[in-house]
Amino acid sequence: MAKKEKTVSSVFFNGILNENPTLRLVLGICPTLASTTSASNAVGMGLAATFVLVGSNVVISLLRNIIPDKIRIPAFVVIICTFVTLVEMLVKAFVPALYASLGMFIPLIVVNCIILARAEAFASKNGVLLSAADGLGMGAGFTLAITVIGIVRELLGNGSVFGLSLFGEGFEPMLLSIMAPGGFLVFGLVLGVANYFMNKAEKKKTEEKGVIRA
Amino acid sequence: MSGIAKVLLFMVNCVLTNNFIFSRYLGNCPFLGVSNKVETATGMGLAVTFVMGLASLFTYLIYTYILVPLGLSYLSTIVFILVIASLVQIVEMFIKKSSPSLYKALGIYLPLITTNCAVLGVCLLNIGSPITIGGEVLEFNLLYSVLNGIFGALGFLLAIVLMAGVRERLETSKIPDCLKGFSSSLIIAGLMSVAFMGFAGLGA
Amino acid sequence: MSLYMSTAPHVRSPQNTRSLMGDVLIALAPTTIAGIYFFGVSAAIVVALATASAILFEYLWQKLTHKTIRIGDLSAAVTGLLVGLNLPPTAPWWLPIIGSGLAIILVKQLFGGIGDNFVNPALAARGILLASWPVRMTAFVLPTCFSGADATTSATVLAGYEASYMDMFLGNIPGCIGEVCKAAILLGFLYMLVRGVITWRIPVTFLAVVFVFSAILGNDPLQAILCGGVMLGAVFMATDYTTSPMSAKGQFIYAAGCGIIVVIIRNFCNYPEGVTYAILVMNIVTPLLDKYVKPRLYGRLKEEKANG
Repeated sequence: MAKKEKTVSSVFFNGILNENPTLRLVLGICPTLASTTSASNAVGMGLAATFVLVGSNVVISLLRNIIPDKIRIPAFVVIICTFVTLVEMLVKAFVPALYASLGMFIPLIVVNCIILARAEAFASKNGVLLSAADGLGMGAGFTLAITVIGIVRELLGNGSVFGLSLFGEGFEPMLLSIMAPGGFLVFGLVLGVANYFMNKAEKKKTEEKGVIRA
Repeated sequence: MSGIAKVLLFMVNCVLTNNFIFSRYLGNCPFLGVSNKVETATGMGLAVTFVMGLASLFTYLIYTYILVPLGLSYLSTIVFILVIASLVQIVEMFIKKSSPSLYKALGIYLPLITTNCAVLGVCLLNIGSPITIGGEVLEFNLLYSVLNGIFGALGFLLAIVLMAGVRERLETSKIPDCLKGFSSSLIIAGLMSVAFMGFAGLGA
Repeated sequence: MSLYMSTAPHVRSPQNTRSLMGDVLIALAPTTIAGIYFFGVSAAIVVALATASAILFEYLWQKLTHKTIRIGDLSAAVTGLLVGLNLPPTAPWWLPIIGSGLAIILVKQLFGGIGDNFVNPALAARGILLASWPVRMTAFVLPTCFSGADATTSATVLAGYEASYMDMFLGNIPGCIGEVCKAAILLGFLYMLVRGVITWRIPVTFLAVVFVFSAILGNDPLQAILCGGVMLGAVFMATDYTTSPMSAKGQFIYAAGCGIIVVIIRNFCNYPEGVTYAILVMNIVTPLLDKYVKPRLYGRLKEEKANG
């Protein structure tokens, strides 16, 4: 990746696939576990975090030459926190149901390590457009991954997807899936499946390379 | 109910029933990231206990006596995170000066604690809705906020040390490749969380 | 109930596993027969489904992951049988199958198979089932003893059903298939003792602590060990080699911990019975007990080396 020229689209898709924050980098575990009790909660959390990611990435990128290196982390945190407070107020005002079900995990987006990690690793070193693309890609990757986990948990634990009942009356849902242990188990298994396919793809790649070399 | 009984019930409730890891989903990054050795896990747990107790004390005081009177409670998140960050810095410098051996043991974990959501989480819990202990509604006051910080962190310490024990034991196991690392750790945490469900209702 | 520890002093070969597991199956036979006697055909179906599906899941997993097929070591059969014995006789057909699937795949094979699980597979599966389908898992009935009468729904002794000590001892009470008949469980315990499969330490300490601690809290101590799943758990599940401590001292601490947690859950928590959770929690503590509570002779030498 390092050798290739960074383009807006390569940066964007990097966040969704190669460096998916949830499934590849395994950052932001707490919000992933807490917000995946239903698919719509997961989407809500994903969008809120994406908003913060894009906002903080853009502002940090704009200020990257002004912020002194020594106090950069506190400065990043303040910037991130501003956007989180903004999102908290917006969600409270416009989607009170989501606010009620995510509870304190909305203010806790501040300590979602995905956001600080992108500020430190990307936005503080790259231009505004690329940083925005990075925020959007990482946010989309996070949203997609937790939505998948949310769908699995809601389907097993409630027999529905986005509130839409799928199996009819006779289905007896596996309640554990939407309880605390279910979050760990489903996330762990989804991560395992993702690893399985990534390992397979990588193996194929190295084999192809081997063939070319031979 | 006597004060001591209430404090004891509150402790049991924080450590076993409403465990930060197993039922509140707080502090999972260090729980999964720094739990491959029992010794380091213990160090991390102790450092977190120290910071969570102090952070609970300071954020509760600032919230009650500064933010609320001034009508600035919407700034609590940003104020809390700054308090925690500076607290971690001060604690680090203080320990470095006063006790080099303690610094050697805990020093490397301290910077990581700023982004441990259990610390900010407990500060937000302390200003949130009351809980039930021993059948009585308990509003958080200064004492219970600090206790919430300390006992909550002890629950974290228990969880991370148990986790490290299990992971050390599984070091030589034949876990399938795609499940190695975080994936199997999450499944271990899930099964541990199932075990802790037995304590549901304890102390409430 | 699995073996295959790579560390001393528990080196065992597959042949040994097979004969040990065979002994456990024989020891479980009286309990199984008693359960079927008290609860009839439905109990037999639950136990058979659980056992067969556990063996099938083990076979399929090993087949799909290209591993040696080890169903011949009988450990999957033991796990499946224990899953079945821990279910109520009214369980619908899918409950034992899901239970065995969770026990074999999620708890055992995902961690590497026999000897690598860190909690007892049957109990972890039961814990998941109990949280997922609480009504199904607690739909207990009065024993019918093949009388042809319809089964009557009833609470267990722990939830208020009144029974004589003799009924509790013989198993004429509502409960899970395998937990009701204490006489049969003790018979199996004696067999395993005689065959040297397990020692007395864990079961006896476990039950003694439940007896004493219950008495201290003002419960009927005899009823405390004669009702619920405590005897089945103490004899067959807490003694699982893989998930219980290796040193004698560790085993005493482990068993005492199990007993204390059972009584705490029964008296102060939401669940009426806590044997499953108590053993699971102590399974999780086991690695630390193995690490810090070592047999004295081995430990000293190492400590001296480390200090010197």
